[in-house]
Amino acid sequence: MIGLAHSPTDEARRETQPSVNGRARALRWRGVSVRLDSRAVIVSLVLASMLVVVGCWSISVGDFPVPMSDVVRTLLGRGTSSSEFIVGTLRLPRVLTGAMVGAAFGVSGAIFQSLAKNPLGSPDVIGFTFGSALGAVLVIVLVDAASSVAVSAGAVVGGLLTALVVFVCAWRRGVQAHRLVLVGIGVGYALAALTNYLLTQANISDAQRASVWLTGSLNGRSWDHVRPVGAGLLVLLPMAIWMARSLRLLELGDDTAAALGLRLGRTRLWVVVIGVGLAALATASAGPVAFVALMAPPIARRLVHAPGVTIVPTALVGALLTVSADLMARRLLAPLELPVGIFTAVLGAPYLLWLLTRETRTGEL
Amino acid sequence: MSVLNAPDLRSSSRLRADGVRLAYDSHVVVDELSLSIPDGKVTAIVGANACGKSTLLRALARLLRPTAGRVLLDGEEIHRLKTKEVARRLGLLPQSSTCPPGILVADLVARGRSPHQRLLQQWSLADEDMVRDALIATETLDLADRPIDELSGGQRQRVWIAMVLAQATPLLLLDEPTTFLDIAHQIDVLDLVADLNQRRQTTVVMVLHDLNQACRYADHIVAMRAGRIVADGRPSDVITAELVEEVFGLECIVITDPLAGTPLVVPRVRRQCAAHSAQLLEYAAI
Repeated sequence: MIGLAHSPTDEARRETQPSVNGRARALRWRGVSVRLDSRAVIVSLVLASMLVVVGCWSISVGDFPVPMSDVVRTLLGRGTSSSEFIVGTLRLPRVLTGAMVGAAFGVSGAIFQSLAKNPLGSPDVIGFTFGSALGAVLVIVLVDAASSVAVSAGAVVGGLLTALVVFVCAWRRGVQAHRLVLVGIGVGYALAALTNYLLTQANISDAQRASVWLTGSLNGRSWDHVRPVGAGLLVLLPMAIWMARSLRLLELGDDTAAALGLRLGRTRLWVVVIGVGLAALATASAGPVAFVALMAPPIARRLVHAPGVTIVPTALVGALLTVSADLMARRLLAPLELPVGIFTAVLGAPYLLWLLTRETRTGEL
Repeated sequence: MSVLNAPDLRSSSRLRADGVRLAYDSHVVVDELSLSIPDGKVTAIVGANACGKSTLLRALARLLRPTAGRVLLDGEEIHRLKTKEVARRLGLLPQSSTCPPGILVADLVARGRSPHQRLLQQWSLADEDMVRDALIATETLDLADRPIDELSGGQRQRVWIAMVLAQATPLLLLDEPTTFLDIAHQIDVLDLVADLNQRRQTTVVMVLHDLNQACRYADHIVAMRAGRIVADGRPSDVITAELVEEVFGLECIVITDPLAGTPLVVPRVRRQCAAHSAQLLEYAAI
């Protein structure tokens, strides 16, 4: 038992009573107390180690294989100049982008699934990713030689506007999950059609750049792609962790959440902004990588046995999924490199089917 | 309120509505309604379906902002207070809540502590004690590590009540706490509420459908019809055949509950079977 009681008698009294901590453990020190789910901590540590291993593996394989030991040495800053180039310039940014994009999609999915109280409420289903894609494609097509920052900005604005439209259309004295999902799917398809129309009107090199990007690809990612999503994660991930407690209250229903002291409007606004921001940044860096936002949260929840939203494990599951899918996309048909989006779809589709049949049978959907 | 003032006939009141108009969009449900909830007592709000009783309760709980008039908590306008501040003084059990699939009883009840917690004070010893007390009071301690989904309706309702108990508020509002429960579980829940009121002096306001239960368990009854209060007082003073006729449009006689001594409403049969009705009246006379 972790935790320091104020007096030994209190401690003794509590020892003899059954635990009321549920799945959590209490960490207490002076006035500070933290409620931690020990299973979530262990799962997160395991996932993080797996992520490091798969990441290093992905860096080591390729047309110019670098032995694992050299990868580790180079990452620690003691490599040769050639391994420095292959690892530092070619492969590390790609793996980092993959991991961060996966984490961002995963957390965004967790946030929207929690808000919609429905596993289908993820940003790639309810149209936000399509909005980001449209925003980014608009920038690529309209601006000559658009920088990756401009493309990211386009994706963020597109995502936020789409979220606004979807929420306004789905609003009827509050947001109901099924309305949100249906309206989102509709808006998403309309935006996808618009994006396709734009591609037909663009000049050929812009259209090519845009359509490669639209399949969700990590090919040729440089530090330029790492920076926007990295900076975004640095700000948005702690905010998501901070908001998770409010999300868990929202999961109890609006009235209960409000009665427990939650400011509904303000909380929802913040959570939507964080979720859309994460999805948009990820989309800007790697395109709309399919299914990660949909898959990562339920996988994380099942691993952790968490009843509600769980941010850190979800981020790690998203990262691991994306990096593993990218490794497969690069090596399965080598030297041909497929877009990562194809492989997340290959992994995600059967999972989604299994999830749907299972949850339909248990009546959760 | 000055201490020197002559005390009101009714006891003091921390929660009051003062000329409130409550509306959904442009549809006015309650208008010009004033009400004082007596401290430390159990108040039951009764009335026909759609008379505005749940709407009134939502307004008292700060979930609905009046379009006119004010709701006052401890003399301050409730909408001017911080949500979290209200949540430390006033708990609410809404008519329906959702719970995430797979959540354990203890984890759900622990969420009742959130208005008392901060980022770095997530789970103090006081939180733990309050949750344990709430589980003991609702006799759900042995269910603490079970998922809610596995419980029966009666157990579930006790767990939700445990959650609002863990919130440890001096005022507690319950919106139809007995719906969907069988008669035995209804009585369990109401006994629990009465017990809570007596032991912790919690002020309770509940919306109830069953007039007889309201008479037995409430110190104070508020009867509503079409968004207005038609009667407000002790059950034995308020509940008469005329009132029930006015509020529910139901002919009845009111006798004395042989166990509790409170009013007992016995409806007259409305359509066929006049003979049967007459027979019932004979029983009543005995």
